Amino acid sequence: MTVTKGVKDLRKTEVRNNKIRETGLSDRIFGALVIVLSILCFLIILYPLWFVIIASISNSDLVNQGKVTLWPVDVRFYGFQQVFQDSRIWNGYVNTIIYVVAGTALNLAVTMPAAYALSRPDFRARNVVMTYFVFTMYFSGGLVPLYMTISNLGLISTKWILIIFVAVNTYNLIIARTFIQNSIPNDLYEAAILDGCSHFTYFWKVVIPLSKAVISVELLYYGVFHWNDYFNALLYNYKESNEPLQMVLRRILLLNEAFSSGSGGVQGGYAQSSADQVKYAVMIVSTVPILCVYPFVQKYFEKGVMIGAVKG
Amino acid sequence: MRGNERIIQTGKKKGIGWYLAHDWQLWVMLLPAVVYIFIFCYIPMYGAQLAFREYSFETGITGGKWVGFKYFEQYFNSSMFGSTLRNTFIISATSIILGFPAPIILALIINQLRNAKWKRTVQTTVYIPYFISTVVLVSMINVLFAKKGGVLSDFMKMLHLVPENANLIGQAKYFVGMYVGSGIWQSMGWNSIIYIAALSSVDTQLYDAAKIDGANRWQRVRHIEFPVLVPTIMILLIMNMGGILNVGFDKVFLMQNSLNLSASQVISTYVYDVGVKSSQFSFGSAVGLFTNVVNFIFLLAANWASKKITGSGLM
Repeated sequence: MTVTKGVKDLRKTEVRNNKIRETGLSDRIFGALVIVLSILCFLIILYPLWFVIIASISNSDLVNQGKVTLWPVDVRFYGFQQVFQDSRIWNGYVNTIIYVVAGTALNLAVTMPAAYALSRPDFRARNVVMTYFVFTMYFSGGLVPLYMTISNLGLISTKWILIIFVAVNTYNLIIARTFIQNSIPNDLYEAAILDGCSHFTYFWKVVIPLSKAVISVELLYYGVFHWNDYFNALLYNYKESNEPLQMVLRRILLLNEAFSSGSGGVQGGYAQSSADQVKYAVMIVSTVPILCVYPFVQKYFEKGVMIGAVKG
Repeated sequence: MRGNERIIQTGKKKGIGWYLAHDWQLWVMLLPAVVYIFIFCYIPMYGAQLAFREYSFETGITGGKWVGFKYFEQYFNSSMFGSTLRNTFIISATSIILGFPAPIILALIINQLRNAKWKRTVQTTVYIPYFISTVVLVSMINVLFAKKGGVLSDFMKMLHLVPENANLIGQAKYFVGMYVGSGIWQSMGWNSIIYIAALSSVDTQLYDAAKIDGANRWQRVRHIEFPVLVPTIMILLIMNMGGILNVGFDKVFLMQNSLNLSASQVISTYVYDVGVKSSQFSFGSAVGLFTNVVNFIFLLAANWASKKITGSGLM
């Protein structure tokens, strides 16, 4: 734009040189400001996480008095011992793993083929079907009618509802569709068709292997949803044996349900003072597994988000 | 959208039957998603007529006596109408006003970092809170901001940001701040991904040109990077507007306690309380339907405004 003007006007060269020197200083200030702000963001995000970690291995009495701020004090692992002995947590863990694995597998099995179909430019109904999906993003019948529908299907308090609920999320569907549409060359399809390939074979043999990036995005979105979901369990499940981890956590962390297991041999006073340590340990034990997933999909993830979402 | 040019032109009009036969494989692949959406989205939409009917166990959702707007009037005339609507709106508007720019600013900051290692570290760290569940997040708030011995509440008192006797969790006036602040903390980093991705698509020639022109770094951010983000910002803003009355049930419900209820009872938690917990199905449906209609109107308005102003919209 202004480049050509600037290059043409030789007499302004001097002025420009001055400007560069000037901006040298302002750029340095700007650079320093950026670094300070980034450090600030970093600390704000990190400190609460760090605090949970040090509080989980410090003496709870000191934590409650606000004496543990930067480093663990009077290190003990009582909290973790208690957590690993608690059967409710393990039951919740097992249920959550079932919901995450089965639920996410179902999500992918429903979302990916649908995304492929909607990505086909020669599919005449695609705009109509797309509208059919997109409309549900912005309008819904509401909680009560949904609850009654699920209840009429006889799914209340079954493991099934927590697996099949939100089998396909429209937003995720759009991401997958956009990715397939933009990053898989149509020439491949035409070549495959010439070889007598059906949509099924093409999807399975070509599209899926080329969609690793977006599959990792979907895995992450759906997986984190299933792992962290307590809301649907609260609404549609009233059976303790089906409770996912988050519901167990809610009872322990927020409803202050006593930590009973393994306390047989422990003195009452001791158990009481360490009850809070248990809470911090619970937070860590329930979060670490899902955090560990991220580095594995990170490589593909950022690429997938970029292609799937930005161009949408 | 590209693609329509690919449709094979044969000149002859074909019936629906031909297309069904031609695309049957694609239909098969779509079927599970279509059926699922039908059962879990469209059937409840049809069931929303319960808002206009009396509910009875014998006749089910759609068989009750038609009562028109009785339950809507009941809601509009109840004392809960004003307070739930106000609370919802305040929480939502504050979330959008404060929470929406946060990831954009963060993305611009991260994009400015020159040291690749530090950039990587910041980026990875700010993603972490996204993986923390609402239950754990709310319990973290409860301990960090506890009235006695909460590390962060003590810190804020030390800086005189809040009075000495403040109870950040138990007092209604702090609820919105706690809700929005924790929301920004949790999602700022994650939401910045999409902006960082958009920024990586900036043409580097523009930077060189700007440098020759003597633009300083701030000017480059202001005139090159920010404009690149505008389309993404608009789309996300419209989508946010469409959820103006959709304050997430999850977190509010968990952060609610008897002390802060006057600020924390929002429409969605109210629907749960009356509709599901106390089984006033018709009344709950009416409140829910009202919210959805308002949301939809907001969405359409935002979309219309965006089209007028920037020329790009959602639909």
